[in-house]
This record gives sequence, structure tokens and C-alpha cells, in this order.
Amino acid sequence: MKVSLKVNGKPTSIDAPPDMPLLWALRDVLDLKGTKYGCGVGQCGACTVHVKGAAVRSCQLPISTLQGAEVTTIEGLSPDGSHPVQRAWDEIDVPQCGYCQAGQIMTAAALLAKNSSPTDAQITTAMNGNLCRCATYHRIRDAIHKAAATSAATPSAPAATTARPRQAGAPRN
Amino acid sequence: MTLDARVDRRQFLRVSALAGGGLLLGTILDFGAASELFAADPSKAPAGEFSPNAFIRLSPDGSVTIIAKNPEVGQGIKTMLPMLIAEELDVDWQTVKIEQAGLDTVKFTGQVAGGSSATPNHWLPLRRVGAAARAMLVGAAAQTWNVPVAECETASATVTHRASGRTLKYVDLLDRAATIPAPALDAVTLKDPKSFRIIGTRVRGVDNHAIVTGKPLYGIDITLPGMLYAAYEKSPVFGGRVKSANLDVVKREPGVRQAFIVEPAGTDLTGLLGGVAIVADSWWLARSARKKLQVEWDEGPGATLSSASIATTAATLAKQPPQRSLRKDGDVDAALSGAGKVVQGEYFYPFIAHAPLEPQNCTARFVDGKMEIWAPTQNPQPARGLVAKALGLDEANITIHLTRGGGGFGRRLMNDYVVEAARIAKESGAPVKLLWTREDDMHHDFYRSAGFHNLTGAVDASGKVVAWRNHFVSFGDAEKFPTATGNPPFAPGAAIGAGEFPARFVPNFALGASVMQHYVPTGFLRAPGSNGIAFVTQSFIDELAHAAGKDPLQFRLDLLAAEIPAQQPQQGGLVASRVRGVLELVRDKSGWGTRTLPRGTGMGVAFHFSHRGYFAEVVQATVSRAGALKVDKVWVAADVGSQIINPSGAENQVVGSVLDGISEALAQEITIEKGRAVQSNFTDFPLIRMAQSPPVEMHWNITEYPPTGLGEPALPPVVPALCNAIYAATGKRIRSLPLSKHDLKWG
Repeated sequence: MKVSLKVNGKPTSIDAPPDMPLLWALRDVLDLKGTKYGCGVGQCGACTVHVKGAAVRSCQLPISTLQGAEVTTIEGLSPDGSHPVQRAWDEIDVPQCGYCQAGQIMTAAALLAKNSSPTDAQITTAMNGNLCRCATYHRIRDAIHKAAATSAATPSAPAATTARPRQAGAPRN
Repeated sequence: MTLDARVDRRQFLRVSALAGGGLLLGTILDFGAASELFAADPSKAPAGEFSPNAFIRLSPDGSVTIIAKNPEVGQGIKTMLPMLIAEELDVDWQTVKIEQAGLDTVKFTGQVAGGSSATPNHWLPLRRVGAAARAMLVGAAAQTWNVPVAECETASATVTHRASGRTLKYVDLLDRAATIPAPALDAVTLKDPKSFRIIGTRVRGVDNHAIVTGKPLYGIDITLPGMLYAAYEKSPVFGGRVKSANLDVVKREPGVRQAFIVEPAGTDLTGLLGGVAIVADSWWLARSARKKLQVEWDEGPGATLSSASIATTAATLAKQPPQRSLRKDGDVDAALSGAGKVVQGEYFYPFIAHAPLEPQNCTARFVDGKMEIWAPTQNPQPARGLVAKALGLDEANITIHLTRGGGGFGRRLMNDYVVEAARIAKESGAPVKLLWTREDDMHHDFYRSAGFHNLTGAVDASGKVVAWRNHFVSFGDAEKFPTATGNPPFAPGAAIGAGEFPARFVPNFALGASVMQHYVPTGFLRAPGSNGIAFVTQSFIDELAHAAGKDPLQFRLDLLAAEIPAQQPQQGGLVASRVRGVLELVRDKSGWGTRTLPRGTGMGVAFHFSHRGYFAEVVQATVSRAGALKVDKVWVAADVGSQIINPSGAENQVVGSVLDGISEALAQEITIEKGRAVQSNFTDFPLIRMAQSPPVEMHWNITEYPPTGLGEPALPPVVPALCNAIYAATGKRIRSLPLSKHDLKWG
């Protein structure tokens, strides 16, 4: 079937079987390889993208349900990696193998869009569905705090989807 | 002392793995032979470039390119090895571009991500590679100025003549430097560590930007023109082969181009196993068609195996004398009969899966007799050999490109998915990307071997350990095991070393082993051997400490009080003073023994020496009356020598290893029913999540020894430290894993 939707702000058409999950449409039809396959059953979060700003598991979303949807992937989070969450991930040196991190970043960005200054407990609740096999969880937490501080320093910019380059905040220790 | 079989675990890995397919785990590279190669002919470089060896390119545009030789699977090697070169080349890290090497062991020597071996193997050789290039640039400047080389110094890609203050940038010396004879690598002068400007600083991962922006990096991201996608179904019973399959039905499914049966290439479980390949226009279509696939399997001799039958056999073997003695010191029986207190414990750890988050995959293209492969492998050289053998190709016609791997943990030391992709691509005629499902990965791993240890130990009236006996029941070639000469034929990753601690430190010591026939494929999981053995050894030492009425940490220090010479110093055998150093450090940093903890909260300690690294760890854990376990905190003290090369990456490895060990201990187990793995995804094989991850406080004990690696040695001690903490909290002794199978409620 043909599905018309917006991916990273661009009107896009996907011609694929109706039961094909968004994950595979992104990766193999649209050649957006940033969204990752980890488990296929919604357990690991490596495939997390935003649909209308909410973090969702793209492996669980058949494209037949996405007519007219607005999808943001890691490639569309910022034009150049300048989203505060992406910057914080780099500066804190979060990735080990890095495979889960696109999903972690999309979940974190959705959290910060709703809650600009989350507590440790709120971060744990939001992030607990994203597995990191290398167990980078402590740096993920640090990076979310850092991104929150960065965003707070420039409150006029929204936390997700359209961030511009800006000065990084002081590292948290 | 009699030493019936001198089998050091690392040595065993090397020997057995070579026998089983050319795995080069833990091999010390021969950099003597490599020296000439590294200092290859600079005249072969492209015009205008200065390329003094296979690792370095300086270009007329001022760029500095350093080649990262080893596979990157998250251990940080793509960042760390180039740091060694850049330091001695004396360029600013910000100016360096990193390029991933493909497989070329002639140019680069061994390229393997395994055994925590990259640091000890490259610490001096790659610094020399950088220093040799620097010497040629200095030589070029000295020649330009007609001054002695000794009057010149370098910094930030610039040579300075001290006396006159004249400077020349490297970029302006490229042509002349290419005419300077390359110095012998073992003769170059290295920096005094005090003047390091890159080594010892926190350097971020070189792929961080690509990772956080979702650029294609991993094996799964490879796309080739005209590429098709493959799914591959193998026998759920290990080593089974296809009798028949409904290929006609599958071929009629949408998007399916081909469906065919693959015959196995031999019986080696690490090689090409039989199955059904489905090649389609997209992976989703291949996977969808696979749901219609029906296969009749010839399941082979392992089809009746179960975890219960394994446990029954192990218990029977444990009651008999060991099939082999691995080591005997003193007289254990005499010591036991005269001892103050005798302790017995039967320990068990299960099969577990590696489960790297990127499922196994490989892309291959076969054109005009040449095979080109893109693989997230930790071990590309045996991959080439495996493909050559299975497909009847000349190794010279096989090219392997190394992609980033989404985790390895030892799983990608095996290359089954590589040979499968190559085989399917060869028959398909089109470029093919093979991708396994998560379920394929769980069902077809080379699991951390289960192990059964039957221990008896004794302390004398003064609390000293006087006897230790272990009958280890494991897996291997059951027929040959009792009588085979040389290294005992244990299954891969299922061995124990005759020198395994506390050998040498207990006067009456006996280590024997028996094996069950090996049907379940086993392999090398992060800190192989050690990740199970440390749990057993360090838990049983805790039992002996309590029997002796001693503080468990001081008891360990007392056990290690004698400085007994290492038996295999060339292998980096255990040095007792280094263990004591980390034990004392973790004692002081954790506040061991200085706090009164409420009932239900306890601290446990353990240490382990593996992969040349010394780690002592303390865990504090709390168990509710209802039995809910929470790991409160972990303290780590580590001795990996004189230099932490990249503290940011090093901390990542240590904290990751510690949480990985907790993850294994909490709830991970692969059980076997009807010859197949039961668990299939993260629903029934859980990984640790953020909410379960305790703070990890780590401290380096810097010593004068050469730097060693960090991919593995932090993992083993955390498992027994956690179990010992549970004992301190509840009085319940944990002798089997995972913890999820224990009722921990108390009071």
C-alpha cells in the first residue's frame, strides 16, 4: 500500500506491505539507517522515533496506521547534531558500542520536550524502557541533566526537533 | 608438587581456538617481524603525501590521517590506538582524522577485538610507529636548517630549532621527510610519559558525532547497489540439518527471489551450519516469508538434551573421582582430616547468551570469483579462512571490510553469520545482506558455558586455609577427555586453568575435572572462564572466611600475604602484591568494616585477576524482608599498570563491565529443552536496565607495570561480591546463579 506521511518535516510516500513496521520502512525503503533494530518486540527501544512528538517503538507500528503521521527520526532531530541532547551525548562521551544511542536520544529528547528539568527518578521512569547492552546508563543520566541545563540557558528554543547550535552548559560532575 | 597438565586458561584459549578454526585470542603479536612492515617504503605514498608506514598519512592540505587497525565493537579501540600514534607523532588530536582499516594482517598484524589484548600488544609498538614518523620529520627539518637533529624538538605538528627559534610545520616538510630513511622501530626514542599531551587525557569516541546523528556505521547499515536481503533458518537443535523444506510455498510469497537449502560444511558448530536461506526484495519480506517456511530437520544426537538431564549427569560425575587431575599440591585428604573446620559447597553457573544489541548480520557480494564482505566481526582473519574453506575460494580473492559492531562481548569472535552471508550471496548472484532476528541470536549463540564446581576446603585453628579441593564438572569431548595428552579437550570457553587461584596459595590443593559431551555450542563471553570461576572461587573463600570467624577482606589479604613468584611471568601471572594493593584500596575507599549497616543490608568483597588486570570490588546490597534485592553501590579498585591511556574510555569499560556482571547475576540464564535454547528475546533473557543500575565508584591503583587492557577484567569480581553482600545481608549463601531463582526473603 501507499502511505503518505511526513518524515523529518518532509512530505514522504512509502509504498510497502501494510504490515511492514515503520522501522523497516525507515531503514530499507527511505534509507534512514539511524533507527535501529534490536529486538523487534518493543523491549529494547533501539528503534525509538517520535510520532507527533511522542517517543514510540517503530518496530511495533505497521505503516498502515501512519497515514498522515508526522515522524521524526534521529536524522531529523537537528540538521547537524546540534540538539542539546545530541551535544550532551557527545560531550559526556556516552556511547560505547553506540548502537542503542539513537533510541536513547529520541526518548531523552521527548522527555525534555515535556519536562525541561527532570529529576533522577523522572529520568529513570522515562528511560527504563531503553536497553543499553554496554550499560552506559549513568552517562545517559548525566547527559540528560546536562542537556536540560543547556536548554535552560536558552529558554527561547524548544527542546526538541528544531534546536539550533548553542553554547554548551558547564559539565556536571 | 605435581602438575599433571600445565594448562593456563589464556594459553588454552589460544591453543584450543587455533585447533578449532584459527581464532587468535590472546596471542601476543610478533612485532619483531612487524617492524619492517610498519616502517614500509614511504616512496609508495601518493604524490605530495608523506606516508611513512601503514598507519600514518600526512597530506599537503595539512591533514593528518591515522589508521585504526582493530575492529571496534564498543571497547573504544578506534579512539585509543590512534591516540598512541598521535601522541608520539606529536600532533594535536583535534587535527587527526581516523580511518578504519579493513582486514590486512600483512600491513597491520593481527586484527582482533578479544582477550583485552590490544593495550598490552600495542602500547609500545604503536607509539614507536608515531615516533618513527616524527623522527623522519625532525630529520627533514634538521636537514633543511643544516643543524643536528638533537637540537630540534616538536609540538603540535611543528618542528622547532631550539637555539635559533626557527620553526617548520610538518606540512611543509612532507617531500623532504619522505627521503629520510625510516628508523628501526626498536631504536626510536619515545616520549617521557611526563610529557604526554594526549595519552592520559579524556578523549571522546571518534565516532560519537556519527552515532548521535544516526549516520550509517554498523554492519546492519551497509547498503549496496542491487542488494537483496536474506533470512536464514537453522535447526533449533544445535547442529541439525535440513531433511526437507516447503521451498515452493516460500518462493510464492511476495518479494521472494530465491529460497534454497544450504548443506553444512562439516560438523564444526562454529562453521557453516545447514539451513534454509530466503532471499527477498526487503528484509521484512524475507522475514514474512520465513513464517510460512516448514522444515523437517535431522536433529542429530543432541535432540534429547535438557538442562535437567545435564544437571543429573553432572551430579553423577561429581560423586565419582575426577576423570582427570589438573593439579595436586600437598595432601588434601590428610589436611582435611586434621583440619579445624571443613566446608563443602556445590556451585553452579548457567549457560548465558552474549546478546549484543546489533543482531548478527553480514553483507556479501560475489562477482567474478571475488568475494567482498562487510562484517561487524571481532575476528576478521579467521572469517576469511572460514569463508575460503567453506566455499572453496582462495583467501586472496576474499576482501573483508570492518564495520563498527553494535556490541561484541566475545560473540563476534565467531564468524558463523559471515560464512552464511558469503554462502548465500554466492548462490544468489546478487549482493546480499543477511540479518538474523533477535530470536535467531538467542537460539544460535556460542553460550558462556555452564559449570559445576564441587568444593571442599578447610581452615586450621588459626583460621588459615590449609586445604582446597575442586572437582570441576564441565563440557568437552567426553570420549577423549580422560586420556587425551596435552591440553584437556574442554569445550570452547569451558576450561579451567591449572594455575587458577587459589592454586599456589593453599598448601594442600587438588583440582580435578570431568566433562559431559559437548552438544551446546559454547564460546567466549567477556572475561571467558573468569566470569563463572570468579563467582565460585570468591564465594567459597567467603565461606571459608566465615568458617574461620575472620573478616572476609582481611582473610583474603592473609591468604595473599606470601609473595609467591608467578609461574608464567610471560603470561602476566598473578602477582600477590598487586592483588593486595587493590584490596587495600577498595577497603579504604568503600569504608569496609567501618559502618554499622541495618539488617537486610550487607557489604561483600571479591577480587579477581584476569587478562593481566587486577580488580577488587565491594558491593553493598539491600534485601527487603520480602526478598526484593537492590544493589546499592559498587566500589572498584583496579590495577592495570602505569598508565590509563584514555580515562573516559577506561571508565566506560569498567563501569560497563561491572553493570554487565550484575546483569548476568540477576536473572540471565539460557536453559536447554529438547536440545534447543528455550529463551528467545529480552522478555525471557533480561538485560540490566537503568532502574537496576547502582552507582559505581572507581579508583585506579597506578603501579609501575606496563599498561594492560580493560574490556574484561572488571567484570568477574562483581558477581561474587554481590553474592557475598547478599550473605552479609541475609545469611543466605548463594551457590548458584541466576539470583532470580533464589528466594531471598528473611526474618
